[in-house]
Amino acid sequence: MDLNTLLQVLDSTVRLGTPLLLMCLAGLFSERAGIVDIGLEGKALVAAFFSASIAYTTGLVWIGLLAGIAASMVLSMIHGIASITFRGNQLISGVALNFLASGLTVLIAQDWFGQGGRTPSLGDVRFPALTLPFADALRSVPVIGPIYYDLISGHSILVYVAFLCVPLTWWVLYRTRFGLRLRAVGENPAAVDTAGISVVRLRFSAIVIAGVLCGLAGSYLATALQAGFVKEMTAGRGYIALAALIFAKWRPWYALSATMLFGLLQAVALRYQNIDLGGVVIPVQFMNALPYILTIVILAGFVGAANPPRAGGDPYVKER
Amino acid sequence: MDRMPAWADVVLIPLISLVLAAILSALAILAIGESPAEAFYLMVDGALMRSSGWGYTLYYATNFIFTGLAVSVAFHAKLFNIGGEGQAALGSLGVALVCLYIPWPHWSLALLGSAVGAAAFGALWALIPAYLQAKRGSHIVITTIMFNFIAAALLNYLLVNVLRPVGAMEPASASFAAATHLPTFQSMFSSEGSTLFRGSPANISFFIALIACVFVWLLIWRSKLGYEIRSQGFSESGAKYAGISPSRIIIIAMLISGALSGMMGVNATQGAAERLILNSAEGAGFIGIAVALMGRNHPFGVLLASLLFGFLYQGGAELAMWTSIPRELIIVIQALVILFTGALDNMVRWPLESLFAGLRRRKEG
Repeated sequence: MDLNTLLQVLDSTVRLGTPLLLMCLAGLFSERAGIVDIGLEGKALVAAFFSASIAYTTGLVWIGLLAGIAASMVLSMIHGIASITFRGNQLISGVALNFLASGLTVLIAQDWFGQGGRTPSLGDVRFPALTLPFADALRSVPVIGPIYYDLISGHSILVYVAFLCVPLTWWVLYRTRFGLRLRAVGENPAAVDTAGISVVRLRFSAIVIAGVLCGLAGSYLATALQAGFVKEMTAGRGYIALAALIFAKWRPWYALSATMLFGLLQAVALRYQNIDLGGVVIPVQFMNALPYILTIVILAGFVGAANPPRAGGDPYVKER
Repeated sequence: MDRMPAWADVVLIPLISLVLAAILSALAILAIGESPAEAFYLMVDGALMRSSGWGYTLYYATNFIFTGLAVSVAFHAKLFNIGGEGQAALGSLGVALVCLYIPWPHWSLALLGSAVGAAAFGALWALIPAYLQAKRGSHIVITTIMFNFIAAALLNYLLVNVLRPVGAMEPASASFAAATHLPTFQSMFSSEGSTLFRGSPANISFFIALIACVFVWLLIWRSKLGYEIRSQGFSESGAKYAGISPSRIIIIAMLISGALSGMMGVNATQGAAERLILNSAEGAGFIGIAVALMGRNHPFGVLLASLLFGFLYQGGAELAMWTSIPRELIIVIQALVILFTGALDNMVRWPLESLFAGLRRRKEG
């Protein structure tokens, strides 16, 4: 494998890893606050649809992005009302939201565009690839030039936003008062409540952040990675992000490496189909299933225990 | 303390949740410019007014009974089995292997064999998540979701690379031998003069599903094992104190749950498709969640909820055929049912509880 092929695979790793990263961070905020979020997939799906359709109708991709975030936020709020306000089962609420998204997007897409549950192609109304400064000038420099030009430069702005979200998440979680309280509310909400801080408000703010991040992920899928919405276009990415979150043991920097690892697996599966390793052929289906298999191995505790936030999944009942 | 009479809990809350889901669905139909009344009429006409419509409704209901029972058995042990879809896929694989590689002399024996194959493969697919939950504490929701995806990849691989007949393009197995074909409702109930259930896929598996309902009822409410499962679901520490081993119950409950999901393959794969196709479970594993929640985890409730969803499925297909409403409307309705009966349960329950408490106070005072 020469440098060029390697760079192409890594480049597509970044492209495919970005939505996973955004959704994984969304899950991280939510679960660190004690709200389990299976609905990442659904939120990203509605965001993908609304970003593409609003971008198409207005011709403005930024308006599309805002619409995507708003749509994702609506689902987030339903999740919050169900699991925080009415103390319902967070898992069931997440499952319901995923179905709601998968049904509603096709229903509305068929009504608005009549193309069998997709939006028309966006053409130029997408997030363009940014060329970073000096990329063209440095291109001829051996090794560093192609790495800078092909791998680091030339992505849409949402990719850079996603990568910046990693240190930002770390900083918010570990270096701010809000982050400290957020982590505390996921471990021991009663203690936070005793300190006079509202558990409900903290959990809702975590869910809002998760909504924004899922909105970014969905918009990226429909308006940057591809040019428009197609039925079920998240294709299980929300669940892979959930797997990555466990893989990362609910920590931001590990989330980056886990999502990029899963992105790499997707990129390799996409490029090579069946891989021939000296007589033994690894089928493409195995590559597709590998993120899930790896997560099972992690969950089984063979590679160090993965302990979720302790209060995750439990609705908080204030003492009466 | 009983806040509410039992009938309100069992009948009133699911009904109100259903009405809320129906209102929102009607609004969705209105929003896309169709008439809800007309849509409902079309659904009733297509699903219930002809025997062939009933044939489809009952066929879908059979699938949902199996997956719904599967989810509810797990729920009784306080386990949320989202893996019905994967377990059903593996169950179908079991059915296919039994039907393809054993030369059955008669359908009745083939039915017996495939039921065992379906249950065994479905249970096997639930065993690993169950073991990991019981022994290593890995959350069963996450592991069963992962196993759905692994099952899909496995089935995809087997159908493309192993089971596909030489020269065929479609990723599907060869058709099963004629001796394994199950009697359909059409062949069972049609007489000389009149053909009933014409061309519909409903088959003898429906009665197996009914037997499964009785079996689950006996298991949960009339057996020692069922008592242990319910104790575990009610309070794990209490059950442990009474000498019930949590890991044993987790594994047994999940094995039964997986076996029931797998049995769906008898209906869909042996009874209807008569060969193994890609995505043979058609999402029924997930509908099992809605069915179990609506049916309040009781076999009779599951039966009623399955009939309702069978009606919705067949009616939805009719809608897609005659109007501009796509089939995905059914997914929206399913989502709303899960949301209202599962996650937003308290939204309906709390006002009702205070209503009943108020009524009682007035009666006493």
